[in-house]
Amino acid sequence: MSEENFLREKENTIMDWQGQKLAEQLMQTLLLAFAVVAFVAGYSLGSFQMMLLIYAGGVALTTLITVPNWPFFNRHPLKWLDSSEVDRHPKPQPVKSKKKPTKQK
Amino acid sequence: MHSFGYRANSLLTFAVTILAVMCAMASFSDNLNTPSPSSQVEVLSINWFQRQPNGNDEVSMTLNISANLQSMFTWNTKQVFVFLAAEYATPKNSLNQVSLWDGIIPSKEHAKFWIHTTNKYRFTDQGSNLRGKEFNLTLHWHVMPKTGKMFADKIIMTGFRLPEEYR
Repeated sequence: MSEENFLREKENTIMDWQGQKLAEQLMQTLLLAFAVVAFVAGYSLGSFQMMLLIYAGGVALTTLITVPNWPFFNRHPLKWLDSSEVDRHPKPQPVKSKKKPTKQK
Repeated sequence: MHSFGYRANSLLTFAVTILAVMCAMASFSDNLNTPSPSSQVEVLSINWFQRQPNGNDEVSMTLNISANLQSMFTWNTKQVFVFLAAEYATPKNSLNQVSLWDGIIPSKEHAKFWIHTTNKYRFTDQGSNLRGKEFNLTLHWHVMPKTGKMFADKIIMTGFRLPEEYR
């Protein structure tokens, strides 16, 4: 029973699989996009500091979007088996059999 | 991507890696810059020219140094370190380089300068070879970047000669 409670708690803190994929893709795309924008802006303005500022802003924004467990990352939640269902179906027992030695030709 | 810590770590690592690539690209962009520096030095006067008690010649002179190093500054330049060296040959050493003056140029605005000064560092020989010596005054510079590769180059100005006798 503690297993199910643990999983239920975890549901609030973890993403579903689709959400994880989305988070990873968003993170990589956003960081790369901000890097390109920052470099082009810094180079054309002749300001190294501008490049670093734009990029730092981009990293902060990306962190805000992809790291916390937002609801839109949990649109395809996993359905775990209900505890009442578990009781109705007995757990399969391991088959006890003697190990036959394999013949080698 | 299953937990907060995992995502935060992944993001941080990727962000820092991309930053390293950006810095490498910034350093590479310095190669696209073609500098066209110019400089001129005049020896206004020889203040004194003596042989020290330890047997080494020493000379003090007043110089007019003017240079335009503005084309060397790029978006990735932190500062330019510039120094003036007297170069000459002696029987003992095929090349002697004695630094007479140096300075740090912090920005493009300061890169076009004119300075009237005595030599900041002592012009001392290893021995007593300076009488009537012909020497070059070479302006060396190091372009120090904000990130990446440092470029160094020089301009050699010839035609200087020390007096025949001590003063």
